[in-house]
Amino acid sequence: MSAVTDSAIMLRRNFKHTLRNPVTVFNAVLFPIVMALMFVYVLGGAFDVGVKYINYVTPGLIIMAVSYGLGATATAVNADMTTGIINRFKAMDVSRAAVLTGHVVETTLRAVVAVAAIVGVAFAMGFRPAASPVDWLAAAGLVVLLAFAASWLTVALGLAAKSAESAGLGTVPLIMLPFLSSAFSPAGTMATGVKQFAEYQPFTPIIETLRGLLTGTPSTGTALAAVAWCAGIGLAGYLWALRSFKRRA
Amino acid sequence: MNGSAITASGLRKTFGRQVVLDGIDLDVPAGSIFSLLGPNGAGKTTTVNLLTTLMQADGGTARVAGHDIAAETKAVRKAIGVTGQFAAVDELLTGRENLRLMADLKRVPDADRVVTGLLERFDLADAAPKLAATYSGGMRRKLDLAMTLVGRPQIIFLDEPTTGLDPRSRRTMWDIVRELVADGVTIFLTTQYLDEADQLAGRIAVLDHGRIVAHGSPAELKRQVRGNHVRLRFPDHTQLEAAAGILPDATRDEHDLTLRVPGDSDVRSLRALLDRLDTHGIAIEEFAVHTPDLDDVFLALTGRPTAEVTQ
Repeated sequence: MSAVTDSAIMLRRNFKHTLRNPVTVFNAVLFPIVMALMFVYVLGGAFDVGVKYINYVTPGLIIMAVSYGLGATATAVNADMTTGIINRFKAMDVSRAAVLTGHVVETTLRAVVAVAAIVGVAFAMGFRPAASPVDWLAAAGLVVLLAFAASWLTVALGLAAKSAESAGLGTVPLIMLPFLSSAFSPAGTMATGVKQFAEYQPFTPIIETLRGLLTGTPSTGTALAAVAWCAGIGLAGYLWALRSFKRRA
Repeated sequence: MNGSAITASGLRKTFGRQVVLDGIDLDVPAGSIFSLLGPNGAGKTTTVNLLTTLMQADGGTARVAGHDIAAETKAVRKAIGVTGQFAAVDELLTGRENLRLMADLKRVPDADRVVTGLLERFDLADAAPKLAATYSGGMRRKLDLAMTLVGRPQIIFLDEPTTGLDPRSRRTMWDIVRELVADGVTIFLTTQYLDEADQLAGRIAVLDHGRIVAHGSPAELKRQVRGNHVRLRFPDHTQLEAAAGILPDATRDEHDLTLRVPGDSDVRSLRALLDRLDTHGIAIEEFAVHTPDLDDVFLALTGRPTAEVTQ
C-alpha cells in the first residue's frame, strides 16, 4: 500500500509542475486545438474524404492531443534524473517505482483532459458522431490505453536521454506519427512509400478503430490490432523504462 | 544511542577497471561529527553513495545505524538523511512544498508544524511561498539540509555541504552542523577543505586514491607531522650567514633573508634558541612560530600540497 501512497504523492508533485509550466499546458491542451482549427478551417476544405471533414478528422485530432503532451513528460523525467532530486528519493524509504508511476499517471490524466478539450471543440465545430454509449466507452478506453502505453514509452525515452533537450526531441517521432497515418487524410491518397508506411504503422489501426467507434462500425480486426499495438508499446516502454531506471538511478 | 553509528570494513568499489575505493575501514561513534577529508576524485562521494545505499559495494561490509547496508537497505534508509553535493531541491515547488513533499513521503505526523518549524529554524520563512528556482545558492543549500532533517534522521550524511558557498553561508552551515550534533545526531561529513574538517570534526579520516591514509582527531593528525618550525628574518645577508653558521638544521631563503628552524615550539626551546642567537650578537628582525595545520598533514601524507590537488 505504501507504494500506492508514494505514487499518489509523486503524482501531486507532477501536477504542480504541470500547472506551473504554461508551456506544458499550451503544448498539451491548446496546441491540439490550434491544430484542429487549422486543419478544419484552413486545410480541410481542400481534402475530399467522402464525409464531412470534421467527422473524419476528429479521431486523428484526439490521437494528436495524446501525443502532443508527451514531450513535457520526457523532459520532466529527464530533469528528475539529472538534477539530483532522484538521489534524494532513492536514499529515502520511498518506493522507487513511484517516481515513474507518478509521471505515467500524470501524463495519462493530462492526455484525458486534452482529449476532453479537443472533443468539446470538435463538437463546437460541428462534429456529429453516431456513437452509442457503449461505443463512447470503448473509445474512451482505447484513448486511456494509448495514453498509458505512450506514457511508459515516453518515460523510457526521458530516462534514456542524456539531456532534457534530447529527451524532448526523442518524443518528436511520436508527435509526427499521426501525420503519417490516416489521421488527416486517407492513406489511399498518399504517395506509395508513405502509403505503405501509413498502413502498417501503429497509429493507423488506433485511429481507424476510434473512427469506427465514433462515426461508423468498427472492424474487429482493426480493433484487435489497435489494442495489440497499445499493449506492445506499453510493455516495451515499461521494460525499457525499468532497465534504464535501474542503470541510471 | 551508544556505540558506533557507522562501521565499515574493507569497503571496495570499482568502476570498470578503475578502483575507486580500495578497502575502507571506518568507525564513527554515535553523536559525533566525522569528517572524510580528501581531494577531488579521492572517493569521498563514492563512500557516501555506498553508505547511503545509493550504490552497492563490490566488497567489504558496512553497518549504518546497526543495519547492514546490503541486506537491510530499507532500515538504513529510514535511519539516515542525505544532503548530496548538489542541492537536490525541486525547483518547481516552493520552499514550503519541498519540505511538505519530504514530510509526506516520510509520513511525518503533524507535517504542517514540522515544516513551519524547519522554515523558521533555517531562516526561510519569508522565502517559503517562493519557488525554489528563485533561491540563491546559500538558500538552496539551507532548504536542501532542511529537507534532509524532516523526520529527524539519526545519522546525517553531508557530501561537501559548503562547496561553492560564500564565506558567510559557510559559517551559517557550520553553525547548523554544530547545533545538529548538540541534538545528538551523528554527522558524516565529506570535505576538501581542511579548515572545515578542523573546525567541525571530532575525528577525521584522510582519503587519498581510495585509501584511508590517516585517521584521528585533528590534533592527533597534526602531531603526526613534523611541521613545527620557527621562522626568523634578518636585517641583512651578514646576519643571515652568521645565524645559518650556528644553526646547521635550518633551511635558508636568501631572497627573503629568512631561516626556517625546525624544532619544538614550546617556550623553553624558543628561549634557548633566542638566547643562542643573542650570545652571538645576531639581530633578528622578525620572528614567527609555525605549528602545522592540516595542509601540512596533507602534504606529509600524500606527498602533494592540497592546493595542487584541489584545483
